[in-house]
Amino acid sequence: MAEPMGFYTDTTVCIGCKACEVACKEWNQLPATNGGLNTLSGDSYDNTRRLDGIHWRHVKFVEQFTEDRGEGRWLLMSDVCKHCVQAACLEVCPTNAIIRTEFDTVVIQSDACNGCRDCITACPFGVIDINPVSGTAQKCTLCYDRLQTGMEPACSKACPTDSIQFGTISDLRGRAQKRVEQLHQGGEKRAYLYGADEKMLGGLNSFFLLVDKPEVYGLPPDPKMPTRNLSSASLFSALGAVLVGLIGLFNFRNRGVRAREEGRL
Amino acid sequence: MNGIPSSTYFTAPPDWGWLIVFYFFFGGLAGGCYFLAVLIDFFGRPEDRPLARLGYLISFPCVLLSGILLTVDLHRPERFWHMLIESNTFQPMFKYWSPMSLGSWALLIFGIFSFLSFLSALADSGRLNWAVARRLGRPGTIGGIISFIGGLFGFYVAGYTGVLLAVTNRPIWSDSPLLGMLFVISAASISAALMILLAERNHWTMPGIADLHRMDMWVLALEFIVLVAFLISLGPVFRAWFSVWGLVLLLGVVVLGLLVPIFLSWRRDRLGIRTYTASAALVLIGGFILRMAIVLGGEAV
Repeated sequence: MAEPMGFYTDTTVCIGCKACEVACKEWNQLPATNGGLNTLSGDSYDNTRRLDGIHWRHVKFVEQFTEDRGEGRWLLMSDVCKHCVQAACLEVCPTNAIIRTEFDTVVIQSDACNGCRDCITACPFGVIDINPVSGTAQKCTLCYDRLQTGMEPACSKACPTDSIQFGTISDLRGRAQKRVEQLHQGGEKRAYLYGADEKMLGGLNSFFLLVDKPEVYGLPPDPKMPTRNLSSASLFSALGAVLVGLIGLFNFRNRGVRAREEGRL
Repeated sequence: MNGIPSSTYFTAPPDWGWLIVFYFFFGGLAGGCYFLAVLIDFFGRPEDRPLARLGYLISFPCVLLSGILLTVDLHRPERFWHMLIESNTFQPMFKYWSPMSLGSWALLIFGIFSFLSFLSALADSGRLNWAVARRLGRPGTIGGIISFIGGLFGFYVAGYTGVLLAVTNRPIWSDSPLLGMLFVISAASISAALMILLAERNHWTMPGIADLHRMDMWVLALEFIVLVAFLISLGPVFRAWFSVWGLVLLLGVVVLGLLVPIFLSWRRDRLGIRTYTASAALVLIGGFILRMAIVLGGEAV
């Protein structure tokens, strides 16, 4: 297996140019929304709004302004599949369409997916959705086809500010840690890494440098695996079955016994 | 968390709509009716036998319908078999930790048992003149084994859908471990209700109908307790019900589907002989609304 590869996204240098979105769409031949008709959000410069089956990169525009718009700031973040080491989507997929590649990335095989949408419910980050053209669940593949030929993913290649960096996870973590220290020394004490260590789902192979709480960027502060509920939910269901069984027995068995005693059986 | 009650709020809805609501309803009826049929088959009086047959006769068409609903709901229905056979290797596709994978197998196996019991019920009632089919039901040993194993799978089919919802990351569904339990209990209550309704429609008068009704009232009381426990177990996510779906759950399930039937049964003098029919109809409607509120309410968050 090749060394684990991934993305490190430094949100402090993102300028919201959306070159990553365009590069991703072009390389992966993803269709336009609404057949190319303009679909403006109406309340933000962010017209993509969310990751889905035809948007595998999404530049989030977090617009924090006061009521009178006298003060404000923009937080920009190019969001993408996190390629979790413990991947919820891969765990629940009932067709084995979702696989882990030799680069430790998570890829949906479109020819195996039957569009059941279980992975959509499982992803803690809301990354996956159905691509209406293929009728299958789709998301970022970390440009698996490019990686196999030694190329860099399209989005990081196109990023003009190096906000999206591609490399081996160990190298990226080192770079990211240095950047956090640099920002702290420069006075930006809020800078921290999201998902860079094993505590979050075994580590996110696509992790982020943030300067505000995760939820401000639309990221869950405490993402979990869906199977956390499997044992407890199964046990309670079994308990329900036992209770119903007992109620049934009490209501029918006595009658049967009585009938037998009366010599009717 | 900026007022957001759970990390589950950052997920995307899967667009599970009416087909899934109907599947949960008919899947519950399939499993529940089979279980009740087995119960009456093993412990009922001889004169209750038509009720047991009725349970088997309802169960199989409901399983068949469940399979069709699930297949149609896929975005690529022609690939439904990928749930059972891995398309790349043609090896059996089985993941015991994925309720959807396990549920697909359970539905298939339960479908087979349900079909065998369906044949035996047809033969038993004289509508199918086939000696082999008669041996597929009680009192024979083979029939007993089929019914017993089928009953266990019936329970599984009735309840796994709730476990499936719990093993996601969606708000409401995955914020409590009690949905599977609620669905199992509700499956029993709606199945008893449907059997009572059909028995009344056929003008049957066997004493098993009263047993079914009495059992249903106990199950409804249990369902009420588990529903309250489910809502409490949601913790801060409970406020997700402060919506139209919360109102639907309160009026459609708690009032119409649980409390009114229990009240009618308690004050039988109010409706007299129509008590059974009226409460059964309300229980059936309430059971459908329960699944609708859980699925569509969870989708809407």
